[in-house]
Amino acid sequence: MALVVENREIGPRLVEMVVEAPRIARKALPGQFVIVMADPAGERVPLTIADFDRQKGTITMVVAIVGASSLKISRIGAGQSLHALIGPLGTPSEIEPHGTVVMVAGGVGAAPIYPIARAFAEAGADLVTIQGARTAELLFWTDRLAAISRQHIITTDDGSAGLKGLVTQPLGELLAAEPSRPIARVYAIGPPIMMKFCCETTRPYNVRTIVSLNSIMVDGTGMCGGCRVEVGGQTRFTCVDGPEFDGHLVAWDQLMARQRAFKHHEDCAMERQAAQAVCE
Amino acid sequence: MTVPRKPLAPRTPMPEQLPEVRIHNFEEVPLGYTPEQAQAEAARCLQCRKPACVEGCPVQVDIPAFLALIKQGEFVAAARKIKETNCLPAVCGRVCPQESQCEGRCIFVKRGQPLAIGALERFAADYEREHGQVDLPEIAPPTGRRVAVIGAGPAGLTVAGDLIRLGHELTVFEAFHQPGGVLVYGIPEFRLPKRIVEAEVEYLRRLGVQFAMNHVVGRVVSVDELLTHEGFDAVFIGVGAGLPQGLNIPGENLGGICFANEYLTRVNLMKAYAFPAYDTPVARGGRVAVIGGGNVAMDAARTARRLDAVSVDVVYRRSREEMPARAEEIHHAEQEGINFRFLCAPVEYLGDEKGMVRGIRCQEMELGEPDASGRRRPRPKPGAFFTIEVDQVIIAVGAGANPLLTRQTDDLQLNKWGYIVASETGATSRPGVWAGGDIVTGSATVIQAMGAGKIAARDIHQWLARRTESIGGAPVKTIES
Repeated sequence: MALVVENREIGPRLVEMVVEAPRIARKALPGQFVIVMADPAGERVPLTIADFDRQKGTITMVVAIVGASSLKISRIGAGQSLHALIGPLGTPSEIEPHGTVVMVAGGVGAAPIYPIARAFAEAGADLVTIQGARTAELLFWTDRLAAISRQHIITTDDGSAGLKGLVTQPLGELLAAEPSRPIARVYAIGPPIMMKFCCETTRPYNVRTIVSLNSIMVDGTGMCGGCRVEVGGQTRFTCVDGPEFDGHLVAWDQLMARQRAFKHHEDCAMERQAAQAVCE
Repeated sequence: MTVPRKPLAPRTPMPEQLPEVRIHNFEEVPLGYTPEQAQAEAARCLQCRKPACVEGCPVQVDIPAFLALIKQGEFVAAARKIKETNCLPAVCGRVCPQESQCEGRCIFVKRGQPLAIGALERFAADYEREHGQVDLPEIAPPTGRRVAVIGAGPAGLTVAGDLIRLGHELTVFEAFHQPGGVLVYGIPEFRLPKRIVEAEVEYLRRLGVQFAMNHVVGRVVSVDELLTHEGFDAVFIGVGAGLPQGLNIPGENLGGICFANEYLTRVNLMKAYAFPAYDTPVARGGRVAVIGGGNVAMDAARTARRLDAVSVDVVYRRSREEMPARAEEIHHAEQEGINFRFLCAPVEYLGDEKGMVRGIRCQEMELGEPDASGRRRPRPKPGAFFTIEVDQVIIAVGAGANPLLTRQTDDLQLNKWGYIVASETGATSRPGVWAGGDIVTGSATVIQAMGAGKIAARDIHQWLARRTESIGGAPVKTIES
C-alpha cells in the first residue's frame, strides 16, 4: 500500500500524482520506473518516475489516461492508497554531460524526460529541450523544462502553442544548424512512432539517440519476457536491460506490433470503466 | 521384504472433474479422497520395515507412520506427522512428482499399483485445514537474531517456517504483491488452488513471520544493505530461476508469441481468466501451440484449453517417454484433448504482414544415443520439414538464473550459468548469506526447493548460535531434528 499525497489534473486526461514511497525515493535515479497496481484486481502498470524527493520520501508520476487501468489509477485521490507500488525498476540513465544534449519530449514523454534532463543540466550539460503535443492544453511542466534548458522549444500539431508541426522539425533544424556546437546526444521520449521518427531524423547526422520504451510487461524484473524488444539484432528486456536503448538499433515495427497485442482487451475494459464512471 | 501372496487390492482411484466439464472452468481437477476412500487406500500399506518410500522423499516424510494414522482415522494426527518434516503438505500432495519419488519406490510399484501417497498427503493436510485444527507449534524464546529471506516461494517459506520456530525474527522480502512464488504465479488454480497457498502463508504469519511484499531486492534494497543498515544477521536467497528462455530461432519476437512465464503469470497471479472482472488481459481462443514437454508446458496447454482455444498442440522435440512432466499432468492433458506433436522441433516462427505469428516451421526428429540426462538425444531427420498453423505460441522450454539480484551482490560466487554457488548446506561464498532452490540448482521441483530450505535453515540456525556464543550473548537453543 502506498499513500497518495497529491493528485491533480494537469491537463485533459492527464493526472500528476505524488505518492509516499520513502524506500523507492531513496534509491530512485533518473530513467527508472515503478509498477503500480490500483487495487487487488488491478493490472500491473509500469509508470516512469517523473520526480522524486528523497527528503520528503515521495515520488511523482504523471498518468496519461489511455486505458482502463490508467483511468483506475488516476481516480485514486489524495489520502487514498495504491494497492501496490514496486520499484525503482530498470537501468538508470547514463548521465554524461559532454557538450550539447537535445531532449525531445512527445506528449506525456515530458514526465519521464524531466528528471533525466534535470540530471544532465545539473551535471553541466548544455541543454536544449523540445516539447511537443497535439494541442496546447496537453502541454504540462513547460515551466519546469524551460527553467533547466538553455533553449526550450514548443511544438503543437495544431499550432495552438509554439511552432505548428511535429517535434522532428525543430530537431532537424538544430542538427543542421549547429555544426559549431555539435550535438553530443539526443534523447527522445514519447509515443513509439514519435521516437522512431526522431531516430530517423538524427540517423543521417550519426548522433547517438537514446529512447525510453514503455513496453507491455507484467513483473518488471525480467521474469515474464513480455517487454522483449530487438535492439541491434539482439533480444533485450525493456524492464531490466532498458527502458533506455540506442534508438537507432531498435526494431520499431516489431515493437509496435507487440504493443498492439491486447488492443482488443483494452477497448473492452475501457468501455467497462467508462460505463462505471457514468454510474458513479 | 517379500511381495505378499494375497491378491493386491487396486489403488483407490481419485475422483476427478470430468474432462468435458473441467475444460470450461479453473477449478481443481482431482476432487480429493473422502475419509472412507483415504482409509481404504491407506490400509493397503504393508508398513515395510525398511520403507523405500521415505528414502524417495526429498524431506523424508515418515510415510508409513502417517498412512497408519489415516488408516486408524486419526487424520489430524496424520497431518501433524507429515508436518514434522514437511511444512507444506497440502501443496506437496498436489504438485510433487510422486511417481519418481515416494510412490516410485513403493513395493507395489512393480505391480503398477503403488500406494497413492500424494493423494493421501493431500487428504490429511486438507482435512486438518478444513476442520480448523491447525495448531501453532511451540516457539522457542526470542534469540534477538534477525533473518531476511529473499523470495516467498517454496524454499523461502520453508526457511521462514523452520527458523521462526527457533526463536529468530523473520522477514520475507517478495518482489510480487502476493507471497507464494511459483505456487501463485506458475502453477494454475486447477492444479493448486490459491486458497491453499494463502492458508500456508497465513499459518506462517500467525507464527510471526513478517512479509515485505513489493520489495525487489537488488533494486530497492541490496543484500549488503540488509546485512549492514537494516540489521539482519543472516540472509537466505531463494529467488528461483525466473529468467525465461527461448529457442533462439528466427521470429521469436513476433506478436502472439509469449513465454509461459508471462502467460501463466497473467492467468494465475493476475487472474486474467476472470477478465474483465480482473483488469489483466490474456489472449483467448485461436490455434495455440505450446513449445516444450515439462510441467510448465502442460500447465500452459491446459490453461489455453480452458481459455477457449480452438486447438492446442504441444510441440516437443523428443518422444512421450522422455517428457519431464508429471505423469498425471500428461494424462490430464490428453484427457482434455491436447494434441501432442512428438519428435518435432521448431526451427522458425512465421509471421504475417502485421507482425503477428501465423505458423511454426518444424523439423521432424528421431531419437539417437542417450545424452547427459540419460534421455535419448533427438536428432533432425534431414529434409523433413513441415508447418503448423497457429495464432498463438507459448514457449515453455525452461528458465535460467535471473541476474537482477546476483549482479547487485558483491562477492557472491556464481557458476557459468549465473546460478549461485552454494555448499551442501546452502552456504554461499558470502559469510552470512545462504541460498537454495532453483537459484542454486536450476529449474527443479517444489519439494527439492523445500528440501534445500530445510537444510539451509538448520545451518543458519547453527551459525547464528555459534555467532551468539562468540560475542557472549545468550546461547541460541540447539536445533532438534
